[in-house]
Amino acid sequence: MTARLARSATWQALRGDPAAMAGLAVLAVLVLVALAGKLATDVSGLLDPAEVRLVDKLRPPMSQPSTALEPDLRPPLGRYVLGTDDLGRDVFARMLQGSVVSLSIGFVAMAISVAVGVALGALAGFYGRRRLGPVTVDALIMRFTDVMLCFPSFFLVLTVIALLPPSIYYIMAVLGLTGWMGIARFVRAELLSLREREFVLAARACGIPERRIVTVHLLPNAVGPVLVTATITVATAILTESALSFLGFGVQPPDATWGNILADGRAYIFDAPWLFFIPGSAIFAVVLAFNLVGEGLREASDPRLRRR
Amino acid sequence: MLRRTLVTLLSRTLLLLVVSIVAHAVVHLAPGEPSEVDPANPRMKPEDVALIRAAFHLDDPVHLQYAYWMRDLVTGELRSFKDGQPVLAKIGERFVNSLPLFLCATALIWTLSFPTGIHAALRRGRLVDRASTVVAYAFISVPSFVFAYLLILVVVDTLQVPVVGMRTFGLQAESTWQQAMDRLWHLALPSIMSALVGIAVLSRYVRSQMVEVLHQDYVRTAHAKGLPGDVVAYRHALRNALLPAITMFGLLLPNLIGGSVIVEQIFAWPGIGRLGYEAILARDYPVILTLNLFAAALTIAGTLVADLLYAAADPRVRER
Repeated sequence: MTARLARSATWQALRGDPAAMAGLAVLAVLVLVALAGKLATDVSGLLDPAEVRLVDKLRPPMSQPSTALEPDLRPPLGRYVLGTDDLGRDVFARMLQGSVVSLSIGFVAMAISVAVGVALGALAGFYGRRRLGPVTVDALIMRFTDVMLCFPSFFLVLTVIALLPPSIYYIMAVLGLTGWMGIARFVRAELLSLREREFVLAARACGIPERRIVTVHLLPNAVGPVLVTATITVATAILTESALSFLGFGVQPPDATWGNILADGRAYIFDAPWLFFIPGSAIFAVVLAFNLVGEGLREASDPRLRRR
Repeated sequence: MLRRTLVTLLSRTLLLLVVSIVAHAVVHLAPGEPSEVDPANPRMKPEDVALIRAAFHLDDPVHLQYAYWMRDLVTGELRSFKDGQPVLAKIGERFVNSLPLFLCATALIWTLSFPTGIHAALRRGRLVDRASTVVAYAFISVPSFVFAYLLILVVVDTLQVPVVGMRTFGLQAESTWQQAMDRLWHLALPSIMSALVGIAVLSRYVRSQMVEVLHQDYVRTAHAKGLPGDVVAYRHALRNALLPAITMFGLLLPNLIGGSVIVEQIFAWPGIGRLGYEAILARDYPVILTLNLFAAALTIAGTLVADLLYAAADPRVRER
């Protein structure tokens, strides 16, 4: 009940934050675009992002297809809405397909980070006093977290991605497995203080098993900070993917992501600027939206920071 | 105090050792071998591959390879797989190139973040605060290479200054003054690029610390006893808000090193970021591993310095 109240108070505070609401609106549009993109490209095959039309290469946005083009290769909308790239592929179709891929990289990486972070944080926070030989569980997990924090993260990601065979799943996994440390620390800190409270004692007295106390009674209290970090983790993952693409280690063709459209487009920054600016501003807008929503959530979920 | 410092030093050294083991395990357990970099080359016969593998101890078990790496590293005998050059000399040379970049970026981060963050916190919720929030998040959100390209285009078009590389070739005959200016111009854009995210993150952090402190009871008390607003803000609130920011010193360092891969790639800067990228492309394990360890050591040194500064600045920490 209190959790629900707090959540609604959070929601009220969030509604008063125009930047966060703008971010939410962008994300809502983005999800719709990604769904529509999935329908239009993969499911119905209406738009084919891999279709090569060499007669129509490097056409600017909103241009008509040339008359030399075979009728069945014409874009279904009658125009190249966002232009074509150096192989005559429809940038609109590629951006739609890329929105699905980029978003799923962000969300899967986030899900992995949250799962690992919450699990390790809960272990360290609640079962931290148990011993494994000479060291406590807490010391073991937190020292490991310190070790992970020591690596310059982008360099580590790049090393591992470059050594592994190119695959989108490895990228998701590596981004997820290098981004959980903040969440683990939050969750541990939260559980450390919560486990000493009376309601935990009461729950124990009622004979509720420990696992249930952790998952049902304690972890929901840590949802706030985890949600904030998760939002920002999605943003970071999308950004890191584009950086990997820039260095040539991103998602490999023919799969399109915003990152590799951008990385391919930079060679044409003077001749076909739309190939650079369309994916660039798309990534910017989406990452900014995730960050603003995260920041809004952080301010809104912290009662001390709410405006009085 | 001395005993505490020694214990901290020891535990950090231990941490570094674990980092080296993890880094070694990650690199060696990943599929792919240095001997497979060029599988299409017809001149690479199986015997050659076997020779290479034997020379680099690649057929030994992982823990033995770790021991070889550590032994060579300590004795300074570690050589690159790619060109047989000593690894430490290679990294040292590149680090000297990267150092001005890191120093300039750090200076920019620490001088620009505090005024911005404090200003935003004091005018919380007003236009200045909202604008600086959006600008900070814009810096965090823009892919760094996109921004770098735009910056290069604008700067080269309007100011007509050289930006790529460390210096302009053919200026050796010019005066020292001109050469120095040339170096500075080359340094400007990469340092700004490296600093951007740090400025954004740190100014947000300073702002949130300051906002939290401004809500404390003692700040209300100071206001209540009639002190001028500036005195309350800068003498009572700021001093307490500054403390936690010291810990950011250790946290911003790994980002600077990791980020240097992209920045140095864009600006053709022959520093450690590019060395790392080249080593990764060539699967040059000794260089990759030593560079990772070097970066981790820098990070640990950074957090250590931050801890010592913190203890020096806050008597409560010192006495515990």
